[in-house]
Amino acid sequence: MSDRRVVITGIGALTPVGKTAPDFWNGLISGKSGAQPIEHFDTEDFPTKFAAQIEDYDELDYFDRKEARRLDKVCQYALIAAEEAMQDTGLDLEEIDKDRVSVIVGTGIGGMITFYEQSISFHEHGPRGVSPFFIPMLIPDMVAGQISIKYGFKGPNFCAVSACATGSHNIGLAYDSIKSGQCDMAVSGGSEAPVSRIGVAGFTSMRAMSNRNDDPQTASRPFDKNRDGFVLGEGSAILFLEEYEHAKARDARIYGEIVGYGFSADAHHITAPDPEGEGVILAINRALEAADIEPTDVDHINMHGTSTPLGDIAETNSIKKVFGDHAYQINHNSTKSMTGHALGAAGAMESLATVLSTYHDMIPPTINYDTPDPECDLNYTTNEAVSRNVTYALNNAFGFGGHNTTIVFKKFEE
Amino acid sequence: MSQDVESKVKSIIVDKLGVDEEEVTHDANFTNDLGADSLDTVELIMEFEKEFDISIPDEDAENIATVGNAVEYLQDKV
Repeated sequence: MSDRRVVITGIGALTPVGKTAPDFWNGLISGKSGAQPIEHFDTEDFPTKFAAQIEDYDELDYFDRKEARRLDKVCQYALIAAEEAMQDTGLDLEEIDKDRVSVIVGTGIGGMITFYEQSISFHEHGPRGVSPFFIPMLIPDMVAGQISIKYGFKGPNFCAVSACATGSHNIGLAYDSIKSGQCDMAVSGGSEAPVSRIGVAGFTSMRAMSNRNDDPQTASRPFDKNRDGFVLGEGSAILFLEEYEHAKARDARIYGEIVGYGFSADAHHITAPDPEGEGVILAINRALEAADIEPTDVDHINMHGTSTPLGDIAETNSIKKVFGDHAYQINHNSTKSMTGHALGAAGAMESLATVLSTYHDMIPPTINYDTPDPECDLNYTTNEAVSRNVTYALNNAFGFGGHNTTIVFKKFEE
Repeated sequence: MSQDVESKVKSIIVDKLGVDEEEVTHDANFTNDLGADSLDTVELIMEFEKEFDISIPDEDAENIATVGNAVEYLQDKV
């Protein structure tokens, strides 16, 4: 596309394992599980009674009462992570060209809690019971809209929606917005707030979630033989992307570089992975080609690894087909073992984990790995973080609908 | 009863607009003094309808711009 380089110069996170980016990273490295029993609604009738949740979240710690009331949690989470990322950049907002900052941040679902509450109000009070804030709090693009309004960023502004691949798609498109010369900086990432009665009910009806109610912290166990589904998560992660010369000119701290991505579709089934993994193979190969690297250059893959019986095998098989013998030399992991699956924020949280692996030369573990599954036989960096040089690292994220993404991160070198 | 209407109206305004009770004076204008935008104003009218179990036609709602307007209109209707 062009020889403009895109680096990461600011990070923010609000997650079940840590409420800031440094705490997120420390949580991952120490193998912390964010899963807890759900306490903010009665789970008696629910087969799954836990989720990975942001600890002690109180919206009034971050917003005044009126702001909080007009923001669905999905927007609150994104604004909190974006604020941390903006502070982290060290940029003076008065000094930069705000017309050259894009905001491309997504959510897989949007304001699900708002939709649920307003549907009840509609049912009880009729059309006049529906709040004028229903639509603005519901629509997924409002996450990007709210961030641009807060900071006055007037570059390209939208969100891509692709279920659990959303975070990664938005980071990829934000990369494009800089690479193509449309802007010089970008706020990118994802957010999700699905831990609600209707959200948990929806996923339990699909039989997609773990029912390990007696021990929630061990429920997310990707690649372990006894895995029984994913653990619902929530939160947001934001990467601030910047054109390299722009970052260099101001002597910015650089966490890492994005050097390419691959997007593809399974074209197979609405929710089940393609057992042949052709779509995932296409995404990984396109990413390697875009980054202009060989499979043997890859040190680390942060896998989609949701802890579902079929998904973990399909992804493992795809990686083996692309990388051959080198697949066993790579340190793979699934940080969802700790964060749970934050849907539209997952690709963003995991992209953040991946770039930090290149920055710290450290790979967070896949926790809760006890019993090997012969069909999942890669090195998943089980139970303990591993220190190793990480030059090239991939993040995989896949979404219902058969959307596949792979992003290539590179340790920053001048 | 009239005292009751006034205190209910004020508490709705405090809650929905996130303002302090002292700011909710008789002459306070929702938009100019209490920071309401067009959607806040619609929401206030809807809350009054719910609280007092009445229907406020749009042509009446257009004339409710201050705390005093709301209190007087609702005292009249309830």
